[in-house]
Amino acid sequence: MKNKRALFAVPYVVWMAIIVVIPILIMAVYSITTEEGQLTTENFTGMGLYLSVFTRSFWLAIIATVISLLIGYPVAYWMSKEGPGFQRVAMALIMLPMWINFLLRTYAWMSILENNGLLNQLFQVLGIIKLYNAVTGQNIEYFQMIRTPGAVVLGMVYNYISFMILPIYSVLSKLDHSLVEAAQDLGADSFEVFRRVILPLSLPGVLSGVTMVFVPAVSTFAISRLLGGGTEMMLGDLIENQFLGGAYNPHLGAAISMVMMVIVLVCMVVMNHFGEGEEQAVML
Amino acid sequence: MPKELIQLRDCVMQYGDDVILDHINLYINDKEFLTLLGPSGCGKTTTLRIIGGFLSPTSGDVLFDGTRINDVPPYKRMVNTVFQRYALFPHLNVFENVAFGLRMGETVIGEGNARYKKKIPESEIQKRVLEMLEVVNLKGFEKRSITALSGGQQQRVAIARALVNRPKVLLLDEPLGALDMRLRKDMQIELKRIQQEMEITFIYVTHDQEEALAMSDTVVVMDGGKIQQIGTPEDIYNEPKNAFVADFIGESNIIDGIMRADGVVEIFNRKFQCLDKGFGKDEPVDVVIRPEDIDIVAEDQGQLKGTVTSVTFKGVHYDTIVDFYGFKWLIQTTDFCPEGSRIGIKIDPDGFHVMKKSKYSGMFGDYSSYSEEYDEINDPTLLDQAEEEGTDDEE
Repeated sequence: MKNKRALFAVPYVVWMAIIVVIPILIMAVYSITTEEGQLTTENFTGMGLYLSVFTRSFWLAIIATVISLLIGYPVAYWMSKEGPGFQRVAMALIMLPMWINFLLRTYAWMSILENNGLLNQLFQVLGIIKLYNAVTGQNIEYFQMIRTPGAVVLGMVYNYISFMILPIYSVLSKLDHSLVEAAQDLGADSFEVFRRVILPLSLPGVLSGVTMVFVPAVSTFAISRLLGGGTEMMLGDLIENQFLGGAYNPHLGAAISMVMMVIVLVCMVVMNHFGEGEEQAVML
Repeated sequence: MPKELIQLRDCVMQYGDDVILDHINLYINDKEFLTLLGPSGCGKTTTLRIIGGFLSPTSGDVLFDGTRINDVPPYKRMVNTVFQRYALFPHLNVFENVAFGLRMGETVIGEGNARYKKKIPESEIQKRVLEMLEVVNLKGFEKRSITALSGGQQQRVAIARALVNRPKVLLLDEPLGALDMRLRKDMQIELKRIQQEMEITFIYVTHDQEEALAMSDTVVVMDGGKIQQIGTPEDIYNEPKNAFVADFIGESNIIDGIMRADGVVEIFNRKFQCLDKGFGKDEPVDVVIRPEDIDIVAEDQGQLKGTVTSVTFKGVHYDTIVDFYGFKWLIQTTDFCPEGSRIGIKIDPDGFHVMKKSKYSGMFGDYSSYSEEYDEINDPTLLDQAEEEGTDDEE
C-alpha cells in the first residue's frame, strides 16, 4: 500500500458504500422492475402524470434559491466587512436556529402563519385587516398565508438560507483586500470594484451556496406538507407517498427519485461548468 | 529648478497613541526616482499609502501639482501603485489585468478641479495594452492566466497594469521583495530604464539599501516615523547625518569622538586630520569610518594598532574584524591578515566623517557582536517579514 494512512479512510469508505452506493443501486433496480420482479420501463413512461409536480418542485426551489441568494449575498458581504467581534456574533446568530430541530422550526412557522396565527392576530390588532377590507371593499377575516406556495418558499428560504450565507461569507472574508485596493487604484469606484473584482471572485461561494440551497429545497417534503398543507404537492411528498403513503408503489417512487437525482446532477454539472475553473466550488 | 509634483506638508499619522508618521515634510519633484528607505515600521509604506489615497493623514496636507488632494479617493488620483504582492486579479488573464485601468476610463480634471472619467475607445485600449506588454517584455503573453506566470512575470504584469494608465506618478511598494537575488538585480535595471523611458515620477519603497542606492535620484531615509535624511545616494552614503543613517546605509564603524578644532577629530585619545568643519570646540561627536576607507599597514607604521580577531573571505575582499583597544572595527581589504596577527591602520582625512550626536549615538557601528549581526543580515526570513504598518483604509 502506497500510503498506510489510507487505512484510516476505510471505515468511512465502507460506510459510504453501505448507506449511499448500495441503496442507490437498490433503487435503480426497483425503478426498472415491477412488483412481480419483471423488467419494465412503465415506471418511467407513466411519470408524465406527475409533470406538474416536477415543475412545481423545481419552480419553487428555484424561487427559494434566488431569494436566498438575494438576501444571503448582501448579508455575507456585510459580515465580511465588519470586525471580527461582529463576525462572531453574526455567525452565532446564523448558526443558532440550526441547532433547533428542523421540524420544530417549521412547526413554529405554522403557528405564525396560520389563519388565526400570530401574524394574523397582529394584523388584527394593528387594524391592517380592517384597513385592507376598507380599501379593497372585501370582507376577509384573515390573510391566507399558510397553505400557499409563498409559505412553502418562505419555509425553504428560512431553513436553508444559512447554507447560502456561509459559503459566500467564507469566500468573501478570505478575499485579498489588496485586490480591492488595486482596483480602486486603477480607477474603479465602489460599484466597479464590486462588479469587476468582488463579485467574480466570490462566484465559487455563490455556486456552492446555490447548490446547497437548491438541492434540499427541490426534494423537501416536510416543508411543503406542513406549510403547503398538502395543497402544494412537491416531489418529496410524491416520493414519500409512494413509499410510506396511501399510493404505495415503491417502484414508481424509486423511478421518480432516480429522475430527480439525474435532473439535479445535470443542473449542478451545468452550473459548475458555468463557473469554470473555480474548482473550490463545492459539489454536493 | 524642477517642478515639485507632490508635497507632503507636516503630515501626521496617528492611531490612538501610536504615532506612525511624525510631522513629515516631503517634496517630490516631477520625473524623479525617489526612494523611501527604512526598516520595518518606519512609516515608509504609510507615506506611500497616503500618496496613493488609501490612507488619509491625521493632520497635514497632501498636495498634487499644487492642489490639495487629501479628500480625493484613490480611483480619482493620477497615481498608480505596484503592490507588494502584485495584487493581480486572478480571474482575469494578462491582457485583461493590464486593460483594467483603461476600461475604467481616464481621469480628467475639468473646471473647478472637478474630476470625472472619460471612456477610452476599445481600439485604443487594445493598442495601449499591447504596447505596454512590449515595454515590460511580455509580448505574446496576453492570453495567459495570471496563475501560470512566474514571480518575475507577475511582477512585470503588475508594472504594466499600473503604467498603462500613464500616471503622473508610479508608487512601488517593495515590488521586488518576493523575487530572488538575480531577478531582483535584473528588475532594478529594468525599472530604472522604464522610468527614464516613460519620464514619470517613481516613488519606491524598500528596506534594501543597495536597491535604494542603485536606482534612486533621491533617497529618503526614514526611521520611527521621521525622515532622518534626504539626499542623493552619494550624499546619503558619504555624508550620513546620524548614526542611524550611517549604519543603515552600508557598513560603518561608528566611534565616539571629540572635535578638537576644525579639521581635527580625536578618537581613542589620538588626534586625526579630517575634512569636517563647523563643530563647536571640544564638542562630542560620532565619527563614521567606512570599512573600505581603512588601509592596513605594518604595525609600526599604523596610526592605530590592533589585533585581528576574525577574517571572512567575501570574494572581492576580506571582511577583517580588528580589535582596537577593546572596540571592534570592520575593515574591508584585499590584503589577507591571519587571525591573531597584530596590524596597524591608516585612514586618510577624507575617510573620516564626523556627525553630531543624536539619539542614535552608541546604538550602532560596533562590530563586537559581528557574527550575530551578520547572521541577521543574511537571514532572509528576517528581511521578508512584511511590515504591518497602517491598517486597512477607512471607507
